[in-house]
Amino acid sequence: MGNNTSDVLQRTELYAQHQAMAGKLVDFGGWEMPLNYGSQVEEHHKVRGEAGMFDVSHMTIVDITGEDAKAFLQYLLANDVEKICSLKGKALYSGMLNAEGGVIDDLIVYNMGGWFRTVVNCATREKDLAWMNEQAKPYQVSLTERDTLAIVAVQGPEAIDKVRSVLSTEFTAAINQLKVFQGVEVGEWFLARTGYTGEDGLEVMLPNADVVTFWQQLAAAGVAPCGLAARDTLRLEAGMNLYGNDMDESVSPLAANMAWTIAWEPSERNFIGRKALEQQRAEGLSHKLVGLVMEQKGVLRGHQRVIVEGSELTGEISSGTFSPTLGYSIALARVPRDVGSTCLVEMRNKQVEVKVVKPVFVRNGKAV
Amino acid sequence: MSEIRSELKYLSSHEWARLEEDGTVTIGITEHAQDSLGDVVYVELPEVGSQVSVGEEAGVVESVKAASDIYSLVSGEVVAINEALEDEPETVNSSPFDEGWFFRVQPSDVSELDAALDADGYKAAIAEEE
Repeated sequence: MGNNTSDVLQRTELYAQHQAMAGKLVDFGGWEMPLNYGSQVEEHHKVRGEAGMFDVSHMTIVDITGEDAKAFLQYLLANDVEKICSLKGKALYSGMLNAEGGVIDDLIVYNMGGWFRTVVNCATREKDLAWMNEQAKPYQVSLTERDTLAIVAVQGPEAIDKVRSVLSTEFTAAINQLKVFQGVEVGEWFLARTGYTGEDGLEVMLPNADVVTFWQQLAAAGVAPCGLAARDTLRLEAGMNLYGNDMDESVSPLAANMAWTIAWEPSERNFIGRKALEQQRAEGLSHKLVGLVMEQKGVLRGHQRVIVEGSELTGEISSGTFSPTLGYSIALARVPRDVGSTCLVEMRNKQVEVKVVKPVFVRNGKAV
Repeated sequence: MSEIRSELKYLSSHEWARLEEDGTVTIGITEHAQDSLGDVVYVELPEVGSQVSVGEEAGVVESVKAASDIYSLVSGEVVAINEALEDEPETVNSSPFDEGWFFRVQPSDVSELDAALDADGYKAAIAEEE
């Protein structure tokens, strides 16, 4: 493969399955992962219309236990885990910020009943773990990476039915009681009604020893294996940020459509980045994250410059793609705050007028 | 290893050319190119009657993943374009050497093809890229 800089790429427990299913394997953050299994567009449609499955075992699971677990996370995260403490299994999306209010990573945290499970990105694994361990020092907590667990995301309108069809009644009973953004433990398995596609479905964390059988049973039940390329078009249609594209340590969550993930109340809760965010909020930010839609031919791409009429500031596309569901190009872009209903994008030595919309394009199979 | 046809000429930028019996030259992109690009969503072709030149961009192919310029292997007048690609750009993925052709040129100097790569030369060019 081209530009192979690392000596040995890591492989998930499903590596041989990806090979057997003709997955096109690429280096993704040091992991050899499937980009597609033939056509990313067909995989995309499978998820919107039926059910698809993604191996996301490269993501990092960190369990947080100890008597200060809650207090630690209330300090570590911009969102407040208090919101999920009333119900075991509840999930919360949050940014993990630095003192300047920049986004170190975005993550999901589950209330496991007396302890918490977080899932962070793979490309940021090392800096995340270093940061979390450093911040944990004054607290009575233990951080445990769970690399013996695999993660399979099964997504699409038929996803939950398909999962139920391959598991025992103990599991189906547990799945049946799940509300959206909620998970449940069954033995060593953890099944959560969460995802990164804008469709209903489950993210299943399970022992490495069980994952090959689970994957094969799902495939036999008609669930299509889907690669990272389809995962990207699905999440972008759903208006979900990708760390490293749509935000990073130099970007405030207030300029990344993540204001809803900041728990300002209670005002006495001190979390990392709070002071900086409060100042930003008081002063106002120059830019915000919006959606762009281009209905004519062509595809919007990351890093293309965005020009807003009447503004001296410019913007930039953070993620752009062709939307298989809509049949035209969509993008997320960070643009000057006073943007109107249209703006110009510089593409291949011309300027094209595009529509400015809310940064969400497709939910549950339908255009928003 | 993707298919490389021995009767065709190639550019290292992954276009192929076929000299037809009527003296025109058909241009398309290779199996290797479509595989690297992934799902093709738009193809922008030159207009029939326009002139294309070796070394100058003649069109653009865009996949979900990336945009790529298309070059002709011969200079001359465009005498036909594959209009079916307008509605079914995915044909480039399913049949890059046949139904997925891009445009046809009446060459002003057909010997320009001699400067292009043969199948072995193209195979070597791909190997070098990887």
